[in-house]
Amino acid sequence: MTRFFSSGFLLQAALLAYAAGIVGSLLALRREKAAGHLGFGAAILGGLCGTASAVLALVGGAQITPPAFELWRSGVPYLRLTVQLDALGAFFLLVVSAVAIASSLYSLGYARGFYGRKNVGILGAFYNALLLAMTLVFCSSNAFFFLISWELMALTGYCLVSFEHEKAEARDAGVLFFIMSHLGTGGVLLGFLLLFRASGDFGFEGFRAAAGGMSAGARNAAFVLFLFGFGMKAGIVPLHVWLAEAHPVAPSNASALLSGVLIKTGVYGLLRVLFDVLGEPPNWWGVTVLTLGTISAVLGVLYALMEHDLKRLLAYHSIENIGIILIGLGAALMFLHTHHPLLATLALIAGLYHTLNHAVFKALLFLGAGAVLHATGTRNMEKMGGLIKRMPRTALCFLVGAVAISALPPLNGFISEWLTYQSLLQGFTTTNSLVRILFPLSGAMLALTGALAAACFVKAFGITFLAQPRSEPAARAHEAPGTMLAGMGLLVAACFFLGLFPATFLKLLDPVTAQLTGLQLSSQLGLAHGLVLGNTLPEGGTVSTLGMALMGVCLLPAPWVLWLGFGRRARTRIGPTWDCGLLGLTPAMEYTATGFSKPIRMIFKALFRPRREVQREYDYSPYFAKTLRFESHIEEAFVTRLYRPFKGAVLRFSRRLRALQAGSIQAYLIYIFITLLVLLLFAL
Amino acid sequence: MKGMLLSLALQLLLLLALAPLVSGCIRNWKAKLQNRRGPPLWQPYFDLAKFLGKDMVISEHASWIFRAMPYVLFLSTLLAGLMVPLVSAQAPLSLFGDALALVGLLALGRFFLALGGLDPASAFGGMGSSREMTISAIAEPALMLAIFTVAISAGSTNLSQMLLAAQGPAWRLLNPGHVLAFAALFIVLLAETGRIPVDNPATHLELTMIHEAMILEYSGRYLALLEWSAAIKQLVLMALLVNVFFPVGIATRLTLPALGLSFLWLAAKLLAVAGAVVLVETTNAKLRLFRVPDLLSTAFILATLALFSTFLFQ
Repeated sequence: MTRFFSSGFLLQAALLAYAAGIVGSLLALRREKAAGHLGFGAAILGGLCGTASAVLALVGGAQITPPAFELWRSGVPYLRLTVQLDALGAFFLLVVSAVAIASSLYSLGYARGFYGRKNVGILGAFYNALLLAMTLVFCSSNAFFFLISWELMALTGYCLVSFEHEKAEARDAGVLFFIMSHLGTGGVLLGFLLLFRASGDFGFEGFRAAAGGMSAGARNAAFVLFLFGFGMKAGIVPLHVWLAEAHPVAPSNASALLSGVLIKTGVYGLLRVLFDVLGEPPNWWGVTVLTLGTISAVLGVLYALMEHDLKRLLAYHSIENIGIILIGLGAALMFLHTHHPLLATLALIAGLYHTLNHAVFKALLFLGAGAVLHATGTRNMEKMGGLIKRMPRTALCFLVGAVAISALPPLNGFISEWLTYQSLLQGFTTTNSLVRILFPLSGAMLALTGALAAACFVKAFGITFLAQPRSEPAARAHEAPGTMLAGMGLLVAACFFLGLFPATFLKLLDPVTAQLTGLQLSSQLGLAHGLVLGNTLPEGGTVSTLGMALMGVCLLPAPWVLWLGFGRRARTRIGPTWDCGLLGLTPAMEYTATGFSKPIRMIFKALFRPRREVQREYDYSPYFAKTLRFESHIEEAFVTRLYRPFKGAVLRFSRRLRALQAGSIQAYLIYIFITLLVLLLFAL
Repeated sequence: MKGMLLSLALQLLLLLALAPLVSGCIRNWKAKLQNRRGPPLWQPYFDLAKFLGKDMVISEHASWIFRAMPYVLFLSTLLAGLMVPLVSAQAPLSLFGDALALVGLLALGRFFLALGGLDPASAFGGMGSSREMTISAIAEPALMLAIFTVAISAGSTNLSQMLLAAQGPAWRLLNPGHVLAFAALFIVLLAETGRIPVDNPATHLELTMIHEAMILEYSGRYLALLEWSAAIKQLVLMALLVNVFFPVGIATRLTLPALGLSFLWLAAKLLAVAGAVVLVETTNAKLRLFRVPDLLSTAFILATLALFSTFLFQ
């Protein structure tokens, strides 16, 4: 009986469930309702098994031998399809599986929107394939198998991004995703080949043993290659341009997986390579990761503020949050370099906690945006408004996600940012002067990021859900079906749990930090009522979100006492909003999303370089215009300054190369002959 | 346990009772400096009582966010206030949250305040929300960096801890890091409480207003809660400023004479800061909205210098 509750068995069950989901959806291709139920039902089952497997593996800690089994014996040399779940893999398995449960439950209702329009069976198959691939990425025991899963993940991701391929933007975004994803894979592949040269084997254990013997140059080269490859997947600035294009165009349940989990595979890769495999980091690795993280966080949120496409806005916030995660990882690397394993563990916990938190609230927000899209048919926030009255439950779920992502107490985003701030502050206890200057400045930028994120989500929630509807479809919007709400509700509960009971959750991180830094902090860090620094760490602070929440509830009656004292006879009536004596307010007079972020756009003008065009038609004076046309456009500097020239250069180069491909057989024979000669010379 | 509950109740009472008086002082002194007679010191109390007893008009476009906002703002500000040491070095809720939690709670209140501004579909509210969030966003790095500077030299982000550390034998008032951080925090205080170079608390219905624009649609008891929250927030930030940087006379033991003396000290220090605010308000004109970032980046640079000097002189 215990066999059924072992981590390994449940992992197999999860993999089988996803595989069954693929087959089931494809078999029921012609009957969309059945296909949806089969595909997403199997995905829920897989998510449940995966979560259970991960939790069992993490709760058991070091006592339980990590489950390992071979999928099948392959004849290819070096290729061993061995699934092995260590603590780091188990933590990320928890991230993907937990999001999978909520997102799949949501998909049961969401897929109805595609009936008669798109093939739900295909969606279900790709959706399950993506989950399967991500699960395999987190539990591959060797680099060869890892790369195969990684490719499977990229390909299914591409299929999901261009699922609605009749739209040009989905096709373009898919191609961009495909190209950049493969550039990244190239980096990862070269990195692994460097390690392979040292160890002679593709197993991660072999890498670990061999990394110590590598020259500093080879290790640094491997670091750069991995940072490029995994950074591409994670969406670090300046490798982020695909993210904001690809994530919004996918179906929303897939966007939740892409933005919530898929980019975390990049974080997983970095953790696996930098902390587990490559050994002690030189100082500049940490500095690079921390700086890139800080830049990603600030730029991500600034570009998010400029968006009025709800899903693009969320995609930019993924870049911001990856930045925050990287601040934690970079700090941990620098602490490892300066031989402060305790502080490195704290910073690592901050990064890991934020990884899970971001997965939870970003999935929640994307699912919420999906429900809005479902109801209004548009992603443009300027056409929304007043949805809180038409879809109150969705609005509540989105609000919880917005509070969580803005790092406001008492929800989960606050806890992980608090941990990040604390680990940055601990930097001052080291004697490394770079750490002492860089960390507080990074902390200040994190503060800017947090406050801008709050501004951005006031805009996202306020313009989308509050005030009057700005268009006919928004006025006719309807509440999402029960399964969609249930999926979002699960994530809302997770936001509260991770926010109010951090100490309980921290226990699960013990095996992970034990694996990566050799220390376990949960018993020192977490107390029954919240988080405490100070028992073991030189600098301290305490926080208790649960205490705050309970105290808030206790104080709630205070205002009522005042009513009883003073306002017993006061009445409340409903009236129109004050309209300055005009003939009533229309939705056109409301503040728009563009207007809301205008001050930020003006302040950071140098960065955004907005292009605006105003056309006025008037008879007597420009102040009394008859018609007014306003156009404002922002293009990312990275696209115009970096990617477009690069793309131009690549195209020019390939045009030159085209001369080689003249179409004449004789020329080709000459090429073959020359190649042969060169190879022969090489062999001699 | 009993002592803790008692100190909790006392501090709660102090926050609620003292906050309007500080606002009243500032209003009265400002008028005096401008050769006006000015409202009496306790005018804010009369205002609160009046608002509490008035009927409310709620916009037809507003949702539950509009009704929930005053509670969220009031409670989060009160909670933040309970984390700041006022008369006793040990704040009643100092175990529940440190300086970072304090900033977080104020941000939570502001988040809902801005949503409440957007909710009634009026252009004024949206304008106020947009500006409030912008200004607080660019004030945040300076605020955080100044807190970092103090936290680093105190060895803790816990406010009570910061205060006790600053009380040691070497009085740190003339430490250059602290002077610079104090200057940075003072500018942030002006921005966060909507004082003159940034926002004008006396203006209603002008295109320059920020805070008043957000709460334009509120009336009756909700308005009372909002006004009260604003006053409490002002008191909390001022108390933070004076107690962390000038921890003179604060009670470290919970005896009646010590607390009484500490209260007198607190009153004196608060009056001094209020006086400084009044001077700034009377001698300066309100800045154009897009000049405010210059002021706040000055605060940020001051805070950065504070950090560097902590680093250099340690």
